[in-house]
Amino acid sequence: MNTSTCLTQLKQGQRAKVKSLLATGSMRRRLQEIGLIEGTQVECLQKSPAGDPVAYLIRGAVIALRAEDSATVLVY
Amino acid sequence: MGLTNQSTGTRAVDSGLVIHRTEKGEKVIALAGNPNVGKSTVFNELTGMRQHTGNWPGKTVTNAQGNCTYRGESYIMVDIPGTYSLMAHSAEEEVARDFICFGNPDATVVVCDATCLERNLNLVLQTIEITGKVVVCVNLMDEAKRKKISLDLQELSRRLGVPVVPAAARSGKGLDELMQAVSHLLKREQKAKTIQIRYATPIEEAIAMLEPTIREKTGQKINARWLSLKLLDYDKALLQSLNHYLGFELLSDEQVQQKRKEALAYLQAHGISQEALLDQIVASSVLTAEKVCRGIVRYDTDLYQERDRKIDRILTNKWTGIPIMIALLAVIFWITMTGANYPSQLLSDGLFWVEDRLADAFAWMGSPNWLCDMLVHGVYRTLAWVVSVMLPPMAIFFPLFTLLEDLGYLPRVAFNLDKYFKKCNACGKQALTMCMGFGCNAAGIVGCRIIDSPRERLIAMITNNFVPCNGRFPTLIAIITMFFVGSLMGPLQSLTSTLLLTGVILLGVLMTFFVSKLLSKTVLKGIPSSFTLELPPYRRPQIGKVLVRSLLDRTLFVLGRAACVAAPAGLVLWLLANISVGDMTLLAHCCAFLDPFAQLLGMDGVILLAFILGFPANEIVVPIMIMAYMASGTLIDMSDLTALKQLLVDHGWTWITAVSTMLFSLMHWPCSTTCLTIKKETQSLKWTVVSVLVPTLMGMTVCFLFTTVARLFV
Repeated sequence: MNTSTCLTQLKQGQRAKVKSLLATGSMRRRLQEIGLIEGTQVECLQKSPAGDPVAYLIRGAVIALRAEDSATVLVY
Repeated sequence: MGLTNQSTGTRAVDSGLVIHRTEKGEKVIALAGNPNVGKSTVFNELTGMRQHTGNWPGKTVTNAQGNCTYRGESYIMVDIPGTYSLMAHSAEEEVARDFICFGNPDATVVVCDATCLERNLNLVLQTIEITGKVVVCVNLMDEAKRKKISLDLQELSRRLGVPVVPAAARSGKGLDELMQAVSHLLKREQKAKTIQIRYATPIEEAIAMLEPTIREKTGQKINARWLSLKLLDYDKALLQSLNHYLGFELLSDEQVQQKRKEALAYLQAHGISQEALLDQIVASSVLTAEKVCRGIVRYDTDLYQERDRKIDRILTNKWTGIPIMIALLAVIFWITMTGANYPSQLLSDGLFWVEDRLADAFAWMGSPNWLCDMLVHGVYRTLAWVVSVMLPPMAIFFPLFTLLEDLGYLPRVAFNLDKYFKKCNACGKQALTMCMGFGCNAAGIVGCRIIDSPRERLIAMITNNFVPCNGRFPTLIAIITMFFVGSLMGPLQSLTSTLLLTGVILLGVLMTFFVSKLLSKTVLKGIPSSFTLELPPYRRPQIGKVLVRSLLDRTLFVLGRAACVAAPAGLVLWLLANISVGDMTLLAHCCAFLDPFAQLLGMDGVILLAFILGFPANEIVVPIMIMAYMASGTLIDMSDLTALKQLLVDHGWTWITAVSTMLFSLMHWPCSTTCLTIKKETQSLKWTVVSVLVPTLMGMTVCFLFTTVARLFV
C-alpha cells in the first residue's frame, strides 16, 4: 500500500515538497531535469479545461504534467 | 510556425553539422539555450539573418548558420536547437549535445531567460562541464525588470567562472557586449577556472579512476572528466557520436574497458547502481544550479507571476478555455476575410488591367497570336489569379497568427487540448504542430520533431495535412463566399462566412483526432507516452516587428513559392487546353477521363484535375479550375466573385459540388513540398506513402458519403 500522497492529489493553490519519484527510465530523467528532485517545492497552479494535464510551478517555471506522470511524483 | 525559407522547401531538413567557413580564421560560435529564451532573436540580431522566433520548443529546427562581424573579426554563429539539457532524450538534444561536444565550436554562448534563471542554469552547468569556453548571455532583462526581478550578474559570473552578459535582444541591447565578451574569451591565453559540478564522493572517486586513462587515449580532443562520467552512465547514442568523432572505438580499448569495469565495481560496492548514478548526476546539476542562484536572484515582489496566472486562469479555464480558443480562431478568420475582400478586388482589377495592356503590347509587337495567348492568357493570368486570391488573406492572416504566437498563446492551446490527444493515444504537443500547419503543412511536419515518441511523431506527421494550410484558405474562403453567403449582405455575410470557415477548420481538427485514434488503434499501436509541457511566460509582442517579419518572411516567401509554381502550371494548362488530339483538347481528354470518378465524389473532372495539377502548391487549385473552365467556355468578365460563381454554375456547379470541393480541399494528398519534407523527416518511403494515402482516402470517403447522401435529398 502506498500511503504517501502524489502530486496528482494536490489541489489548485496547494504546495508540497518532492519526496521521491516512482518513474523510471527517460521519464525519470525528464522529471528530474525539470527540477523535481527531493526537497523541491511544487505548487499546483491550474487545471486544463478537461482536468488533465495540470500546470505546476516548479523552480520558477510553469510546467504541465499529465495525471499518469504526476502520479509518479511522491510528495510530502 | 517557423515558416521561413529555412523551415519550408528543400532546406527544411538538417544539413548535418557541416560548417561552411568562407575564410580561414573565422571563429565558430555555437548558440545554445533553453527553448523560449529568445535565442533565435539573439541569432537574428547578430547575423542580420531573418529567422522566425517562436514560442515552443524546437523552433530552431535546423542548424541555422549566419555570419557576424564584430570589430573587424568574422564569426560564424550556429544556432543549435533549444534544449533544457544535454542528456539527450530527444533528437534535438542529441543534435545540440553533439554539436557542443564534437562540433568543435571555438566558443559556446548559452542564452538564458532572466526571469527563470535557475532553470536555465542547468544547461549552462552541463555545457560548462563539457567545455570551458562558455559565455552566458542572460537575455530578457527587460522582462525581468518589468517583473521586478533583480539579478546580481557579476556575482553569477564569479561563481560560474565564465563571462556573463546581460541582454535584451529584442531591442538589440547587450549584444555588442556579448560579442566583446566572446572575443575576449577567444583571445584569453590561459584557461579560467570554471565551476565544476561536484558529485557524491564515490562517484568522484570512480571518475578519478577512469579519467587518466581517458585523457591518455583521447588527448586534448575532449574533456576527460566529462567523458569518464558519460562512460560510467553508458549513454549509447553519445558513444556512437563519440566513436565517429574520435575515429576509433574508445570502449573497445582494453585498458579503457578494464578501468571502466573497476570504476563500475567500485560504484556498485558503494551502493550506487546504474539508476542511482543517473539520479545523482541529474540531481547534482539541479542542486548546483540552485546553489549558484542562491542570493543572486531577488524578487522585489512576490507577485511577479501573478499577471500570467490571472491570464492563464481565464485562457485555460474549464468553462472559458476552449470557447475562447475557438472564438480567437474565428476572430482571426473574420478579420482575414473581411479585410481581404477589398484589396483582393483591387488587386485583381489592377492585374487584369495589366493583362489587357500586355496583350496589346504583344499585338503591337506583331508577335504571333499563339505566343501572346500562351504567355498572357496562360502564364500571366494564372499568376495574376494566384497573387490576387492569395496575397490579401495571407498578408492579414500571417501577422495575426504571429501575434498570438509571440504572445505565448500556442502552448496554452496544447495545454487545453492535450487530454483529447491523449484519448487518441497521441501527444498534446501535436496541438502545436497542428497550429503550425495552419501556416504551412511542411513547417508543421518539421515541427513534429518536438514530439519525443517516434510513434506519436508519425501520427502527428500523417495527420498534419488535416488542417488547411494558408495555401488552401483562399480556396475555402472563395467557395464559401460564392456559394453560401452570396445572397446575404453586410455584416451578416462576413459573420456567416466566418462561422462556416471556422466550422470547416473544426472539422479538420476533428478529423485529426479521429485519424490519430484510428492510427493508434491500427498501424501505429501504442499507449500515450508521458510528456512535460512548459507554459512560458506571456510576453508583450512587438507589433511592428511582427508585421515586418511575417510580411517579409512568410507572406512574400510563400507567395514567391506559389508564383514559381503558378507560372509553369499556367503554361502546362495552356498547352493542355490548346493541343488537340483527335477532336478534343488534351485538357478535355484528361477531364473526361477523370470525370466519372470525380462525379462519384461530387466534383467533376476539371476540379479533380485542378487538385492533381495543384500538387506542387495548393494555392493554384482555384486558378487552375477557372483557367480550365474558361478554356472550354467563353471569356467573361472575371472582375468579381459573382461573375466567377456564374462561370462555375454554368459548368454545372451546385452547392453539393461546392461542399465536396471544400471537403476535398481539406482532405487530400499533401502538396509536393510537404511530401518531400515527410520523406526527409521519416527517412521512410513507406510512411510517406501512408501520409499521402491516409488523407486522400479519408477525403474520398467523406466526399463520396456526403455526395451520395446529399443527392438523395436533392
